[in-house]
This record gives sequence, structure tokens and C-alpha cells, in this order.
Amino acid sequence: MSSFRRANLHLRARIMQAVREFFVARGFLEVETPHRIPANAPEEHIEPGRAGAGYLHTSPELCMKRLLCRGYGKIFQICRCWRDNERGRRHAPEFTMLEWYRCDSDYSDLMKDCQELLEQVVRTVCGGTMLSYQGGEIGFGDGMRRISVREAFERFGGTTIEAALRNGTFDEIMVTAIEPALPQDKPVILMDYPAQMAALARLKPGDPTVGERFELYAGGLELANGFSELNDPHEQRTRFLEANAGRARAGLPALPLPEPFLADLGYMPPAAGIALGIDRLVMLCADAERIDDVIAFTPEEL
Amino acid sequence: MYTVADLKKGLKLTLDGDPYLVIAFDFTKPGKGQALYRTKMRNMINGTILDRTYRSGETFEPASLEERQMEYLYKEGTHYTFMDQQTYEQVVMEEAAMGDAKNFLLENLKVDVLLFGEKAIGVTLPNFVNLRVIQTEPWAKGDTSGNDSKPATVETGYVLRVPPFIEEGELITIDTRNGEYYTRVKG
Repeated sequence: MSSFRRANLHLRARIMQAVREFFVARGFLEVETPHRIPANAPEEHIEPGRAGAGYLHTSPELCMKRLLCRGYGKIFQICRCWRDNERGRRHAPEFTMLEWYRCDSDYSDLMKDCQELLEQVVRTVCGGTMLSYQGGEIGFGDGMRRISVREAFERFGGTTIEAALRNGTFDEIMVTAIEPALPQDKPVILMDYPAQMAALARLKPGDPTVGERFELYAGGLELANGFSELNDPHEQRTRFLEANAGRARAGLPALPLPEPFLADLGYMPPAAGIALGIDRLVMLCADAERIDDVIAFTPEEL
Repeated sequence: MYTVADLKKGLKLTLDGDPYLVIAFDFTKPGKGQALYRTKMRNMINGTILDRTYRSGETFEPASLEERQMEYLYKEGTHYTFMDQQTYEQVVMEEAAMGDAKNFLLENLKVDVLLFGEKAIGVTLPNFVNLRVIQTEPWAKGDTSGNDSKPATVETGYVLRVPPFIEEGELITIDTRNGEYYTRVKG
């Protein structure tokens, strides 16, 4: 193992500890939910791995939302997640996710959490609020830049959201044109996704064409995805069925619907939740270009 | 048939009828979005570099490449002819596809010819070949200039640096991988 990777595993442990301290100090309860479940939230572009009669979870979100339905107000979890066929410079099919959920909150509360969490983690493990990542300097002590998806497409994508959706190039423009052009001096919040790109998010009051969803970026790395949670079971079922219809068009098998989750969802209070990739956070703090440099074993080493 | 999941550096595939070698590959995917497979490929016939992005579900034809040992027969204009000694089948290769190999080819040399279908697109030489020096300056005894090499031309027309003691008419061994002088053949 290279000395870079060895040092990064130590850094990783310190980051995990800093994350736990952050949430515990704010009154969040650390929870653990099953990793092997009968059904995930069906997604057009996420392939769950099979495990016995069910699946490995692709995110702990469904069980965590069911805990909200049972009266838990602020919870967090750090756990392994699995997504088949995802392997690249920034992807491993098994990775570590941090998720947190808070009742009586919306996505703007999560953005505030993100800013405070990043600032505290960077301060704890790097001893200051400036971080150098892949040649750029990022400041974590001076807020974040907020850009709407609409503005990002017009400024950096050279097109409109509507045109990109019509041509099926939304994700391609996002990855090839927008992400590399995002400001690098501070973390960036890319917010208000088109409604069809926010399957589990509440629609924005006053503008039903967008969902209250945002992505957090730092140094060009996609770190987290959060939203004001949809808590209408009928609307949620419709969106799951649309995801399966999209899978059918792409020649992919339909996925089972998480019925107990849909049954509980009607009891969920207004809430917001977010998933943050711990491996990406470690990459950022370690100035690592590849996920392979921050994990103990790559899939190829097993 | 390959799928996007097979894409990686070093994969050889057929595109628009030509064989391509994947020389760079990156998987990207927005968390909730579509996976993109970004590749850089080199055309194995003309060397053109191509950037292509693929999505889940796309498929490719493998490049049907075969390497066969053949004997170099002769050159005519810019065409080099090789023969399979088992089947007596002959193939012709364009000089452009030969690369540096043409510097080391002598008649009857046994080489590995890379075939794409019927077409010869590359040649792999033995690591070492012996070639005769046809022109080089004599070693000036007492030369104290400190030069430890001098230019020499071998029978294929190739020019390389050799130690000062090599004389015209001598046989030398050349490393074909870097084109450099390796040793003098005694006798």
C-alpha cells in the first residue's frame, strides 16, 4: 500500500470521527438500519445489487424516513451502500454514505448543515478553513455559492434545461460542461432541479416545475444530494412507477415497489434529508484524484 | 459483443469498420443521473485519435485481430510483402503502417504480422536484429575529444549512434524496441 493511501486511511478515520461529533453535538441520534432489504426506491439510473431474495440497499433513505414516521426527529447514519456497475475514478460499487434527516425542516436547513459540517470537518482535520484540491484553493469559512440549475445551464451549459431534457442530454451537459465550470473558490450549492429530476423531493411552493432538491459540490467533486422530502404517498407511487417505465424504455427490468415505505409515508412529518459520499469527502480533504487512494481495498484487489 | 461495462484502457474494438485501441477511459455519473463512459481511442491503422462518449446499453464489436508469424519477402515502392511459411499466403503492408519496423527489416526476417481481418496493420519484430554497418567514420586513434559514440549507417539505411571502435563492414546487434546499438557481433 502506498504511503499516500496509508495516510489517507488515518485521515478517513479522523473525518468519520469529526462527522459523528458534529451530529451528536447537534442532537442527532446515530441509527443503523438494515442493509439487506426487499426493495429500494426504484431509480432509472441506479442498479441495486441482489442479495438473497432481496437487494442490498443503494441508500438507507427508505428505512430512515420510516423512522421519521415513527417519531424520530433528527437522525444520522454512516453506512456502506452498494450500486452495481459504478466503477470509475470517483466511483466504487461499494462505498460509504452519510445520511441525515431532520423533521420540521426543508432543504435550506440542510444547506446550512452542509456549510457548518464542511467547515468543522476541514477545520478539525486540516487545521484551518482553506483546502487545496487538485491545484485549486477552496475556502470553507466564508459561506457557499448558490446557483440554480436553470442559471447553471444558461451560464455554463450554453443551453436551457428544457432543450437539454428534450434532447436527453441533461446529465451529459451537467458532467461535461457545468461541473467543470462551477466556481472553485467556495463550496457550491446547485439547487432547484427540474421536477422530473427530483423523484423523492417536494415541489417548490410557487414553482411546480422544479423540485426542492440540491447538490453540494466542492472542488468540482459532487459531494451530496439533498431535498425537502416528498411525503405524499400517492405522488410518490406515481414517481416510482415512472422510474420503472423509464427502466423499461432502457431495456432494464422493473424493480419491486417498497410497499411498507409507501404505507408509512402518509405519516411522515414535513422533513428534509440528504446523502453525502464519505469517500468523496475524504478525497477532498486528502487532495486525492481517485477514490482508490482513500479506500482500504478496491474491488479489483478483492 | 462488448458492452459499456467492458470498456477499459487497452480494449480493442471495431468502429466504422476500423480497429480502435482504447487509450483513456473514464466513468462519470451524477449521483442520480445517467452513467457516461468517456473514452479516447486510437485508430490502429492510421493513428487518428478519437474522443467518444457512450451511455449504458450501448454495445461494440470486438476488433478481430490476429497475430501470425510471417517472413519478410521484399519491398516494392511503399509496399512491403510478407509470407506465411505454412500456408504460403502473402500479405502486403503499407509503409505508413510499418512505423519504425522498416528500419530493421531484412529479407527473410521472421516477424509477427498483426492482421485485422485480411488486412495487415502492424508488425512486431524480434527484440534484437543483426545488421551490417555500411558507412561510418574510422576511429581516429588518439582522439581525446571525449566523444563516446559516432553515427553509423546500416544496410537498411537506418542511422544510429555506435561506439567509436565499430568499423565499416562489421555486424552489430540493435535493440528494435528503442532502436539503439546493443553489442558487436564477434567473428
